Amino acid sequence: MIQANLKVYRYDPQKDQEPHYDTYQVDGLPDFSTVLDALIKVREDIDGTLTMRCSCRSAVCGSCAFRVNGHAKLGCKTALSKLAPNGEEVCVEPMGNMKVVKDLVTDMEMFWDKIQQVKPWIETEGEPPDREYQVPHSKMVELQQPMNCVMCGACVSDCTVLEETSKFLAPAALAKAYRVVGDPRHAKSHEWLTELSEEGGIWDCTRCVECVQVCPKNVAPMDQIIKLRELAIDAGLTDNVGAKHVLHFTESVAHTGVLDERTLPIKAAGIGWAFRNAGIAIKATLKGKIKPLLPGTHPSVTEVQDVRRIHEELEVKKGTE
Amino acid sequence: MIEHDVLVIGGGLAGMSAALHARQAGADVAMMSKVYPTRSHSAAAQGGINAALGIADSWEVHAYETVKGSDFLGDQDAIEILCSEGIQDIFTLEHHGVIFDRDDEGRIHMRGFGGTDKSRTCHVGDMTGQTILHVMYEQLLRMDVKSYDEWFVTTLLMDDGACCGAVAMEIVSGKLEVFKAKSVILCTGGCGRVYEPSTNGLIVTGDGLALAYRVGALIMDMEMVQYHPTTLPANGFLITEGARGEGAYLLNADGDRFMQNERYGATTLLEKASRDIVSRAETIEIQEGRGVDGCVLLDCRHIKDRILEAFHQIYELAQDYANVDITQEPLPIRPGMHYIMGGIKTDVDGRCYRQNGDGVEALPGLYAAGEVACVSAHGANRLGGNSLLDCVAFGRRAGAHAAEYAKSINPPNVSDQAVEIEEQKIIDIFARSTDLRAPALRLEMGEIMHQYTGVFRDEAGLLEAQRQIREVRNRYNEISVHDKGRVFNTDLLAVLELDYMLDCAETIIVSALARRESRGAHTRTDYPERDDENWIKHVVVYQTPDGPKIDYLPVTITQWQPEARKY
Repeated sequence: MIQANLKVYRYDPQKDQEPHYDTYQVDGLPDFSTVLDALIKVREDIDGTLTMRCSCRSAVCGSCAFRVNGHAKLGCKTALSKLAPNGEEVCVEPMGNMKVVKDLVTDMEMFWDKIQQVKPWIETEGEPPDREYQVPHSKMVELQQPMNCVMCGACVSDCTVLEETSKFLAPAALAKAYRVVGDPRHAKSHEWLTELSEEGGIWDCTRCVECVQVCPKNVAPMDQIIKLRELAIDAGLTDNVGAKHVLHFTESVAHTGVLDERTLPIKAAGIGWAFRNAGIAIKATLKGKIKPLLPGTHPSVTEVQDVRRIHEELEVKKGTE
Repeated sequence: MIEHDVLVIGGGLAGMSAALHARQAGADVAMMSKVYPTRSHSAAAQGGINAALGIADSWEVHAYETVKGSDFLGDQDAIEILCSEGIQDIFTLEHHGVIFDRDDEGRIHMRGFGGTDKSRTCHVGDMTGQTILHVMYEQLLRMDVKSYDEWFVTTLLMDDGACCGAVAMEIVSGKLEVFKAKSVILCTGGCGRVYEPSTNGLIVTGDGLALAYRVGALIMDMEMVQYHPTTLPANGFLITEGARGEGAYLLNADGDRFMQNERYGATTLLEKASRDIVSRAETIEIQEGRGVDGCVLLDCRHIKDRILEAFHQIYELAQDYANVDITQEPLPIRPGMHYIMGGIKTDVDGRCYRQNGDGVEALPGLYAAGEVACVSAHGANRLGGNSLLDCVAFGRRAGAHAAEYAKSINPPNVSDQAVEIEEQKIIDIFARSTDLRAPALRLEMGEIMHQYTGVFRDEAGLLEAQRQIREVRNRYNEISVHDKGRVFNTDLLAVLELDYMLDCAETIIVSALARRESRGAHTRTDYPERDDENWIKHVVVYQTPDGPKIDYLPVTITQWQPEARKY
């Protein structure tokens, strides 16, 4: 038997001006109890006003994502014995990046709107076959990773880009988009990738890895986003800052063995952008933060031949995959 | 007042299938769920969905094995439809994008499951239900089907003897609203939470079953409650039958594969016998002292490569909730309440029925599909892998039929006054102040049901259960809530759900008392034999002002006569 000490975010829009925290001590929990088990026991035995969503208790329904000690987790997949082996206080708050409806319940409309925006369905070509489409097992297994998503919202809660811009489609919807675009039966990948390459799409992820860390189902949304980026570049969808950034990054390294940070923004964002921001570049140059943009100021590293060889090998390897 | 042609209540696999096909039939359809649809309990189905796609298999064999699995109580016309039309349903799911595991030729891979020596269970690793549910939801988004998420239905509405809508509460605001519809399809799933423990999610509270019961619908085969042979003792979670399908053993405390014992009648299929037989055998082993802390052991060590390859979910579940690495040591498991074969009696088009004099008649406007319904494709015992198929196939048929029916009738008369009656119920609950709350009473009910209406039953126990549940029902009216606000009041929902569950409990007990024989999942220790002469018939129960009444309906037999059941 274990004891849980919870500090829980409370907010009832019908009576509270501001949120506050309540603490609860829950005794007599079985050894394998989770944060959700403790919350349910509070709701059932101590305080029936405590409000959260939950159903399956086994990490398949995706209802019970909360911030636990500051990070989004599924309450039912977070064992108390690991999180607080000696009954340490556990802080439970609603997910971030969403409006709070009441206590631990957040407004999920924004989440579902973003899912809808990526057109999360496959569209096949022509009449379907009499039986199943014949597709490789390995491809289906690869799609299990994004399909494993239970739409809990943990990655959206802790997405650092979404904090800055509400336009970002955010990790869950983009992982779902890979489930569609990566499906060999889907016949409209180019159309989907074109839309995903627009503002708020795949190139707005800053690769902070937060979504990979908080995802309770190993969906690794950022990895799915990177796969979409590769597919977009392979499809020739390179007329955007993100793709250009990647291409010129590669080009610079392959050429001199080291990234030229001065030309990268110009090539990625374009000459017009460079003119508008020339003031910053000049100031930085004068203060010695960056080298002046003159011939001969970005020499190749001595091992440049090795770098080029590695680059070529990688290109060949990618071609054979 | 909100109006639609077809209102689907419940957003799991059956509800989605119904909504999708009603939409395809041209109806203005809306789907309503008390949760976001992907939260539905269909997501928990791990192992797979059956269809005879293989060359060495046929839908007739699948149908026969389903009939045999049902212990000859299933309606064979429904089973023939399930198994024959189900094949095309699987291909349709595949065309919609379900990422089924494949064989070397890129065709759908099938695994072994209970009640058969064929491999006919299509699957996506061990996340089959979740994947199908999410892909079906993709299609609903594509078709732009209207979805009322997080709405809770408090009553069905009737006009001139026909179902014409429902009153529902928007959970986020607590606001009640009348929904007017020409046809209503109930797809609310089972009632697992009537039992404690159960593999079912907390939302599985028999809402639709009770709603139908209250408008006079016939409820059938409710004595048939499935205990799944492999659930975790800590919390009742499910460990898929697929593990045994792929060769896992069941061991007792002496390390014996007890399914080899002739007394259990399954010396050929052993651990892959049907669920009723395996759960009974496990219970006997435990009762006779050959258990391990109230469990038997599931041994997966010799199939560890397959576990690591295709059973990620159960590997993690055992790790998280039992601290067992199933590739290294056997896992303690026990039978646990999992599924109800019974439900609202429907025909093969999902239509519900009611008593009319000595006979029965259709209840116009009301449909049901999935676990809440009893068509009856599962009879006295459901085969693993048949429930997802049931949801998809009979959800489709109900959706299509309800759409056609809606086209054929005039708009019903519905008044907004229904809201006031429902509002008063809530005001009454808020007005009470006692120490009695719903969770405590639900737990009491769950334990009563598990003790007296579990794997083994007898008349004395069932009468005791009836007495105790009636006493719980009396105390129900004293329940009060802590939360008296309207916004997202889960405290209130728990009270309303318990009301539904108590109706379900009542139907289970009276049906189990009525069936004086042992068949499938219903084992009466006072009537231990199957009695084909008197009991090849369905038990139906319906509500009257004087309490539940029992009647009987014939079993439809098309081509398979009852025979001794050995595995």
